[in-house]
Amino acid sequence: MSTVTVALEHRSPVRTLGWAVPALVILVALPFVADQYQTILLAYGLVMGIAALGFNLLLGYTGLLSFGHSAYFGVGAYTVALMVKYLGVTSMEAYLGGAIIACVLVTAIFGFACVRYTRIFFGILTMALSQVLWSLAFKFFWVTGGTDGLRVPTPTLLGVVTGSGDKIAFLATAYYYYVLAVFIACVALMWVIVNSPFGRALQAIRDNEVRAAFVGIQIRKYRWVAFLVSGVFTGLAGALWVPLNGLTTPDIMHWTFSGEIVFMTVLGGFRSFTGPIIGAIVFNYLKTYAVGYTVYWQLLLGVVLVVLVLSLPTGIVGTADRLRARWRAR
Amino acid sequence: MDIVFIHLLNALLYASVLFLIAGGLSLIYGVMRIVNLAHGNLYAFGAYVSAWAVGRALAMTGGETGGPSGMGSTVLMLAILPAGAVAAAAVGAVLEPTLLRPFYRRAEEYQLLVTFGLLMILDDVIRFIWGPYPLTASALFENFGSLTIGDAIYPTYNFLVIGVGALAAVFLWAFIYRTRFGVVLRATSQDMRMAAALGVNVNRVYVQAFTLGCLMAGLGGAIIVPSQSAVLGMGVDALILSFIVVVVGGLGSLEGALLGALIVGLVREAGIAFFPEIELAVLYLIAALVLLVRPAGLFGRA
Amino acid sequence: MTVLLETRGLVKQFGAFRAVDSVDFRVQEGEVLALIGSNGAGKTTLVNLISGLLRADAGHIVFRGADVTAQSVHERITAGIARSFQLVNLFDQLSALDNVALAIFSRQKKTRKLLSLAEADRPVWQEAIEILATFGMESKARVLAGGLSQGERKLLDVAIAYALKPRLLFLDEPTSGVSTREKAPIMDTISSVVRSDRISAAIIEHDMDVVFSYSDRIVAMHQGAILADGTPEEIRRDERVLTTLIGTPESK
Repeated sequence: MSTVTVALEHRSPVRTLGWAVPALVILVALPFVADQYQTILLAYGLVMGIAALGFNLLLGYTGLLSFGHSAYFGVGAYTVALMVKYLGVTSMEAYLGGAIIACVLVTAIFGFACVRYTRIFFGILTMALSQVLWSLAFKFFWVTGGTDGLRVPTPTLLGVVTGSGDKIAFLATAYYYYVLAVFIACVALMWVIVNSPFGRALQAIRDNEVRAAFVGIQIRKYRWVAFLVSGVFTGLAGALWVPLNGLTTPDIMHWTFSGEIVFMTVLGGFRSFTGPIIGAIVFNYLKTYAVGYTVYWQLLLGVVLVVLVLSLPTGIVGTADRLRARWRAR
Repeated sequence: MDIVFIHLLNALLYASVLFLIAGGLSLIYGVMRIVNLAHGNLYAFGAYVSAWAVGRALAMTGGETGGPSGMGSTVLMLAILPAGAVAAAAVGAVLEPTLLRPFYRRAEEYQLLVTFGLLMILDDVIRFIWGPYPLTASALFENFGSLTIGDAIYPTYNFLVIGVGALAAVFLWAFIYRTRFGVVLRATSQDMRMAAALGVNVNRVYVQAFTLGCLMAGLGGAIIVPSQSAVLGMGVDALILSFIVVVVGGLGSLEGALLGALIVGLVREAGIAFFPEIELAVLYLIAALVLLVRPAGLFGRA
Repeated sequence: MTVLLETRGLVKQFGAFRAVDSVDFRVQEGEVLALIGSNGAGKTTLVNLISGLLRADAGHIVFRGADVTAQSVHERITAGIARSFQLVNLFDQLSALDNVALAIFSRQKKTRKLLSLAEADRPVWQEAIEILATFGMESKARVLAGGLSQGERKLLDVAIAYALKPRLLFLDEPTSGVSTREKAPIMDTISSVVRSDRISAAIIEHDMDVVFSYSDRIVAMHQGAILADGTPEEIRRDERVLTTLIGTPESK
């Protein structure tokens, strides 16, 4: 049974808006003040933010640690790629719709298998299932393009804005704003979900499973729904990611990518709402600049993860909160 | 008919290695209630260390033992082979008190996170030390030659692996059910507090149990590496396969690990024989069926 | 009085040990019943079986005329059976108010709602405050459950079960671990709430003063079976109960 050592913070709406508004202003103004490379880089960060946000519904709020979320990211990405390959679709909205449907199907099935079990079995089962998908992406290479992957051209946004012409400019302006809009929508939606009665029920299950059952909550059913919502958010991120990357390959379904999602969430702090988002954005910068320095990226991640769990278990956001509280108490 | 026998031998070969890995995982869980996600990589580590040690031993002694295929060399390689098991055990002995013990009192998520971190670390440590290319100890494998079974030829070395697996099962059973340490181990696994109250040094039992579990995993890697080379990624594959074994047999039970390993070995071999493409899927299907019927596995006490 | 709950031949075994040995147990509408017996007599196991935490090996549980033996915990709660725990079982990281509100959300099936804010549902919070007030705890509404005193935690445990608006409430040692001074006020509160709402209650208790002061009927269990069943007067005179539980008449 898991015992929560730090309660999730209750922030009043006013305080939340306090930092949200400046952050929003910066995000909206970015393409005008920064160069294209930086803007596209942040777009990647926002996409991973959505993935981590979805992942954390399971970890931070329901107490289920999944090591296989790369599977849903991959399902989202490959759905888009396959829609391009077989249906010739170019509409971004269609991509998102298709990705959501595919993810609902996959998470419904995987979730049904996984949520029956204890934390340990749950974790390894999620990892195993994502490895199965990864190996399928290899085996059926005539469909998925194998290790070469599948290319995805720039999509049409809202039926009017196309990427014909300068691709980089498109990604750095129109597509960036599209991603930002979806990001804001996802954050708002997730915020409502975690503060809904359903969200409270999830947290009850996380904190005291037996008591939650004796308050009348159907544990398995609620975990399954959380699994579904979590996977769909991450799948949506995958769908947004593909046009940015231009290409999708099997390694986004490999367990190592799941590890990155876990890492960025723990880095930001999984016991807070904004932690995963901050962690994803910070991680994105870390990866971009550090990968150039070392081939032993896994080793670095592993060491930092162990150090984080040992000494800073509440991550960036949690530690910042603690420091702020201490500074105020002076 | 000979083909069936060959398949049976292959299944036993696979089961032997699986038993060692899954048995170690189950033993550790049974005593300490933790699942080490890096367990598979200890198997990989054992494989790499053994392959490397055998290679070095051969290189250093050169022609003195009659060349790579000589009897002397074979004996030497065989003597060096368990190096992987010892190395894995050593790693375990260091890991448990330093990185795992701080987490026993904390929420389960932290345990999983830290062992996941270890998984990533070990993965890259192996790559760092031995590079991205497979490492073999095939000289030893070849030296054993092969037996003729009817119309087919079967490598003699595989019998050694099966033998080691069987011996390990017997030895472990005796160790756990017939020795004083075994009693202490079982007592601690059933009721840690009670055992401590009776004067058992629980910390010491824990590190011993963990070391033993890692030894088993390393031994699995050590004995299989002459037959199959050590490759990157073998650790996670082994982890997932041993998970299937404990799902079938139950986590925390050595009998379960044995039975699970045998079943998985047989199913996999049957799958390869008839449907090479879906072999992995059949295994997951079996695991899913067992979980649906008996969530704790056949013998489990999770 | 009509029978609210009935068990017939209920059995629970743990290996060779029969914790509950073919028990025929009855609770009537509107009554407060005390379930007594030495440790290991099977009282908590019986409650665990009826509330759904454990599956019976044999026998039937009939609640309001319907056989609930195979029903899940969730179904039994919906049917009207609620319980508190011997070892207080709360959401320690939530405030007392949040604890009770959760039970209300669950009862009203509102926990299915993903897309509305919990804080916005005024009626639920209103009712939660009222329930806390009924139990004399409205001043502790914002205190985290983990920070309450043992007596308050015990009351909160009962309040949560009460918030589910049950027909039958099982209380597992509601005053254990509580100082003698606090016992009477706690039992007074529980008793008045239960009686005014006409909720039937079955209380597991070891404190004989509490048992004789608050119950309409007493059921004594011993070694997994029912030893005696009657009014407090009858039980006080019952030879078997006296020797196994209370002590011989001379020592009393």
